[in-house]
Amino acid sequence: MILLWLIIVPLIAGPAAWAFGRGANSLSRWISLLALAVDGVLVLSLWQTAPAPGSSWIAELRLAWIPQLGIGLHLAADGLSLVLVSLTIVLGLASVLCSWKEIGERVGFFHFNLLWILSGILGVFLSLDLFLFYVFWELMLIPMYFLINIWGHENRVAASYKFFLFTQAGGLLMLLSILSLASVHQAETGILTFDYALLKTTSLGPAASLLVMLGFFAAFAVKLPVVPFHTWLPDAHTEAPTAGSVILAGLLLKTGAYGLLRFVIPLFPAASAAFAPAAAALAALGILYGAVVAFGQRDLKRLVAYTSVSHMGFVLLGAFAGSAAAQSGAVMQMVAHGISTGALFIIVGLLQERLHTRDMERMGGFWSLAPRLSALGLVFCLASLGLPGFANFVAEFLVLAGSFPAHTAAVSVSAAGLVLAAVYSLRVVQRVFHGTAAVPMLPDLDARETLVLALLAVAILWLGLQPGLILHPLSPAMDGLSASGVLAGLIK
Amino acid sequence: MMTGTDLILLLPSLLLAAFAVIAMLGIAVRRSHGWTAFCAACGFLLAIAAGWRSLPLLPRPVTGLLFFDRFALLMTTVILAAGLAVSLISHAYLSRGEGRNEEFSILLLIASLGAAVLAASVHFAAFFLGLELLTVSLYGLIAYPRRGRSYEAGMKYLILAAVSSAFLLFGMALVYAETGSLAFPPNMHHLPAEVHSPLLLAGFGLMIAGVGFKLALVPFHLWTPDVYEGAPAPVTAFIATASKTAVFAVLLRLAPSLSLQPGSPLFAGLSLIAVLSMLAGNLLALRQENVKRMLAYSSIAHLGYVLVPFLAGGSAGASAAVFYLIAYTVTSLGAFGTVAVLSGKGQDRDSLEDYRGLAWRQPGTAAVLSVMFLSLAGMPVTGGFMAKVALVSAGVHASLWLLLAALVAGSVIGLFYYLRMITAIFSPPGAVIRLPVQLSLLGNGVLALLLFVLLWLGLLPGPLLRLVQASLPF
Repeated sequence: MILLWLIIVPLIAGPAAWAFGRGANSLSRWISLLALAVDGVLVLSLWQTAPAPGSSWIAELRLAWIPQLGIGLHLAADGLSLVLVSLTIVLGLASVLCSWKEIGERVGFFHFNLLWILSGILGVFLSLDLFLFYVFWELMLIPMYFLINIWGHENRVAASYKFFLFTQAGGLLMLLSILSLASVHQAETGILTFDYALLKTTSLGPAASLLVMLGFFAAFAVKLPVVPFHTWLPDAHTEAPTAGSVILAGLLLKTGAYGLLRFVIPLFPAASAAFAPAAAALAALGILYGAVVAFGQRDLKRLVAYTSVSHMGFVLLGAFAGSAAAQSGAVMQMVAHGISTGALFIIVGLLQERLHTRDMERMGGFWSLAPRLSALGLVFCLASLGLPGFANFVAEFLVLAGSFPAHTAAVSVSAAGLVLAAVYSLRVVQRVFHGTAAVPMLPDLDARETLVLALLAVAILWLGLQPGLILHPLSPAMDGLSASGVLAGLIK
Repeated sequence: MMTGTDLILLLPSLLLAAFAVIAMLGIAVRRSHGWTAFCAACGFLLAIAAGWRSLPLLPRPVTGLLFFDRFALLMTTVILAAGLAVSLISHAYLSRGEGRNEEFSILLLIASLGAAVLAASVHFAAFFLGLELLTVSLYGLIAYPRRGRSYEAGMKYLILAAVSSAFLLFGMALVYAETGSLAFPPNMHHLPAEVHSPLLLAGFGLMIAGVGFKLALVPFHLWTPDVYEGAPAPVTAFIATASKTAVFAVLLRLAPSLSLQPGSPLFAGLSLIAVLSMLAGNLLALRQENVKRMLAYSSIAHLGYVLVPFLAGGSAGASAAVFYLIAYTVTSLGAFGTVAVLSGKGQDRDSLEDYRGLAWRQPGTAAVLSVMFLSLAGMPVTGGFMAKVALVSAGVHASLWLLLAALVAGSVIGLFYYLRMITAIFSPPGAVIRLPVQLSLLGNGVLALLLFVLLWLGLLPGPLLRLVQASLPF
């Protein structure tokens, strides 16, 4: 039942925040914080639970929903879900705190949307019924659309359209794939079901399997994003309010990666193995392309958005590498990127709040004006470039080392991405924090802002020094993923 | 010979007719808008109740023209519920204008009677009778507010509906020439399924053209935007829902005799119509600035969607089509109903600009309208989503990949204009702030109920799916 409550608490708190926030804005903020805190306590109790022997599932819940169509309310959490659910709650708290002052209009409705997105994301990470998964997948779309469309910056309407259409087009292809898979399963066994465990046993022909797999991949590739499908991302990230960017980069992109690890690879092992070289090539392309384009940006927020494209390339590379090490590295990268990029977006948001610009040409010398902000900015820039000691380093190292046997060429090319990451990150440090002061004065972080960023900094350092915190609970799930013959043939 | 049982089965239709007469007599005594509206609402409610009372007697033919089974009952219920919703919404709408309002309810009752006859018809004579009863009443309803636009719309509908009736009649004549019978299935099951004679094919082809007019499928859709725009909003709601549901019910009954296997000429023709409707409807809706016109093009696309499970065939296909029609009926009633609740007889608020910032002025109405549009777009937890899933599922089972590709493409295009509307609703209020009209309690109650039904269909579609599956005779 804990799993269901995790999803329901923000789902109920959303309307509450809206209703009670009409008179008092801060009330809806506190309601949101409270709801996420409750979820945090629930997740902590899951961390204490060990998976049953012989299974990687820590908690599971099955309820009937639409029995006529074989649709059940099937929720389950293993190490992978648990890590991502925890990330969701941490970044959820961060995004409520970082919009405390930024959002001054329609505060209740803002928090309603925020909480519903988080609820949808939690549902995505916990659903083991493909139909339910699709419902949550779509559910997080509409509030995200509102978040960009109502509280975004100058070109918010166009950006929100683009975001919605790209994701929805991918989503519809996934719906076709889900229904085809269920239809084939029904033809084989006579049972109409959308249950993950049952559909996993479906045997499709190689051609059909590849087509159905590509339907899923299309949806996840748009979210991840994989390079030719990434064009919505810079716009959406740049135009969204800070909390929207944090959730987009920190969580929404992760749902795509999660979908690859949870659904694409286990459901279509053979097709995934056949597709793996192409995926690795796309990953290498994304890593380099994202880094190079990031280097050319003037808009600080757009720069950070493009670094996401680059970093998520490592996730794609690791996911299709066929080794537990690389796949664990991919998850580590999801967490590390979620925290470091989320924090960078918060810093950009704070700068924009103070300067009303995101243009790097109009920044500089902030170290002397706002030392706390600049120091924390430096920490996250260094994390983003993969400096040893930060979680990002562990993640990228694991991905590259784990993928080397399977995708030697792609790994060799991708490694260059690390150099480029150093180039663009240091450019940001140099432009924004060093040099002569570009503005007469810049207020430093207040207590709330310091608290959020410092906690995220501690988290990313801690995970960099103690990666076992995540890798250990992750290992049963990842071993299950790679031991089930999935892609393992790739490693010679 | 008519028996007492036959009369019980005919009771819903008789009640509709009776209440139309009572309302008319009432007008002869004293004109009272409240009284006629009350008569209409009573007529609809009693007719629905009478229909469900006859459940144990089903299925049973009456006079060879009509066949009362669970399918007819379900479709009649949908039609009458739509009629009831329209009559409740139109009360306040009509009060906000000049002129007499009493005949509106009578016409609405007669139109619903025609639609109910269609749902039970198994004979070309009954089909034509029902259709004309529906259509002729609609001429009056469309032109009812007597303003320029609605005259034009009524005239257009009159001419094009007459043309389509001519197509239909000629088609019936050709089919009759071949088969020697005016009844349709089950009497025509003896026809060889694989080869239709050219005469029969031409007959069915002409009938599809006639039905295509009523359903507003491409290329028979030209009247739709003008009529949707010109007709008063409650009547538009009726045309979009009850009228189309009734005609589609006839199409579903005719389906077994059309021998719609993939590869047959009728299958190819209907597939083409479906693809064109899905794509053209959505593309043409993109640039509309008028909400009613936008919804008109959207309805073309949606009827194209319903053809997908229809062509998939089988009970899965038919039940998906019926489920989709029901969800679409609820959604359209909600969307046009909102327009009607915000408008008056003098002038409909149908420009996109009228809805700018609605969310911050009338949150409740805006919420209903947004959810209706999200349902049209097929987003989850609305009935439109479940209906779309059922529909795609039927298409996947029958491997209609070309149609499904058109459906996905059409849906993505459709998102553009549904989002435009939602964006307008949630954007900051424009410079011109129009004062909200006095909202009617009745209209708002109906909208709230429709919202509830739509979310219920989206969250727990199980009971309705079971009901639909149990009522299919095919």
